[in-house]
Amino acid sequence: MKKEEIPQDLGALGKITGEVVYAVDETGKYTTSLSNGWEVKSSALDVAWKDVEARIEAARQKVDKRQASPLLYFMELRVMDIPIVAAYTGFWKWQVKKHLKFSVFEKLSESRLAKYAALFEVTVAELKNMQNHEA
Amino acid sequence: MKLDFQHRQAAHCENGVTTSLLQHHGVSQITEPLAFGIGSGLFYIHIPFLQINNGPAIAFRTQPGLIFKRTCKALDIPVERKKFRSTKEAEKILNECLTAGQPVGCQVGVYYLTYFPKEFRFHFNAHNLIVFGREADIYMISDPVMEMVTSLSSYELERVRFAKGAFAPKGQLYYPKEKKDVTDDQIRKGIRSGIKKNASDMLHVPIHFAGIKGIRYTAKKIRHWRDKLGPQKAGSYLAQLVRMQEEIGTGGGGFRFIYGAFLQQAYAYHPIDELMNISAQFTKSGDIWRSAAVQAAGIYKGRIGTQADFENMSDYLLASADIEKQAFRALSKINWKAS
Repeated sequence: MKKEEIPQDLGALGKITGEVVYAVDETGKYTTSLSNGWEVKSSALDVAWKDVEARIEAARQKVDKRQASPLLYFMELRVMDIPIVAAYTGFWKWQVKKHLKFSVFEKLSESRLAKYAALFEVTVAELKNMQNHEA
Repeated sequence: MKLDFQHRQAAHCENGVTTSLLQHHGVSQITEPLAFGIGSGLFYIHIPFLQINNGPAIAFRTQPGLIFKRTCKALDIPVERKKFRSTKEAEKILNECLTAGQPVGCQVGVYYLTYFPKEFRFHFNAHNLIVFGREADIYMISDPVMEMVTSLSSYELERVRFAKGAFAPKGQLYYPKEKKDVTDDQIRKGIRSGIKKNASDMLHVPIHFAGIKGIRYTAKKIRHWRDKLGPQKAGSYLAQLVRMQEEIGTGGGGFRFIYGAFLQQAYAYHPIDELMNISAQFTKSGDIWRSAAVQAAGIYKGRIGTQADFENMSDYLLASADIEKQAFRALSKINWKAS
């Protein structure tokens, strides 16, 4: 990459800090400069978030149809997966998997629900009703 | 208390932490490209049986932690590295280090990293930063990808140090144990061994999805993505590839430009003309990776998307693989005694 080709397409990170990139000057020598972002990669990041949003919406519909418990919705909302949820809550992965079933979730004790609620930063009531107070 | 520590911005977090800590410990010659090259940082791997964020698991660099470890080892600098079970203990040891005047490298997760823009906060646990001071409840942070120093409260710091999931940091901290002068001869030796190791990793790693073979593996896969995954998911996969290649911390072109810069700096220690020529090869390869990213963006933005477009994408990767293969072959054949 030549120095004059360094993209300066303001991205999410560019608003907070420029990032160091390596590029060659007119004599072919490497130097560093700051870039504010590159449209190609900020659109890649947009794709990733759109996928996340699609998964959140799919989860919401599943929960509405009682095909999954609200855990699934919050798991997708927090960009987590079963191993991450298990690691934070201290449950086993197979337990989390079971709790993702609506019928099992309904019978969970308050103390177990509280663990999930704490992880997802919502109240137990919000967890049960699939309410996201940030939305 | 704030330690006498100079913040340096870098392209990549682990390079940056390594460079800053070594500089602090008197290794005045060290730069980001030298740390990356001596630590044999360049790599490629596409792990077939693993998914990250529902996409392909691809990395353009060596395993987290290795750059610091290898660079310090090459320069004969002893390293202290600790993981913790208890958050209390982790905080206590960190505070003791700071009281003793020791800036500390920490592995952290970015999901709860408050000063990062929300768009970047996935559950990625192999980020690195330096803690260099504390005022009451606030820790002073030198994060190599940021232009300026920043800060975290003790709660925020504990949260990122004990992030969970893949590569969970477990409060891990590390720092060079003693201040040391490193001679130019040691740097020279480090450059030689770093290049040899990197060439052998890229050329001869006995795994069909790593090194040069790994790039070809991905190229082959991409040809089938459109039919196998459908246009939507294939686009998401390509976007993930571009993010791994260009997202914060690669210096552009999947670390290929940093490696080019490293070879130029190596030339200052080993005046062998080939190093400059091979550096230009890495620039070329990095440029091809960038062109591939532009092609990929065309696909995931829905501007293009025929099978021919995927084949073009794949061809870019094959072209890079060829150049890098030749470049590393040339590197492994360098006659170091000539310098």
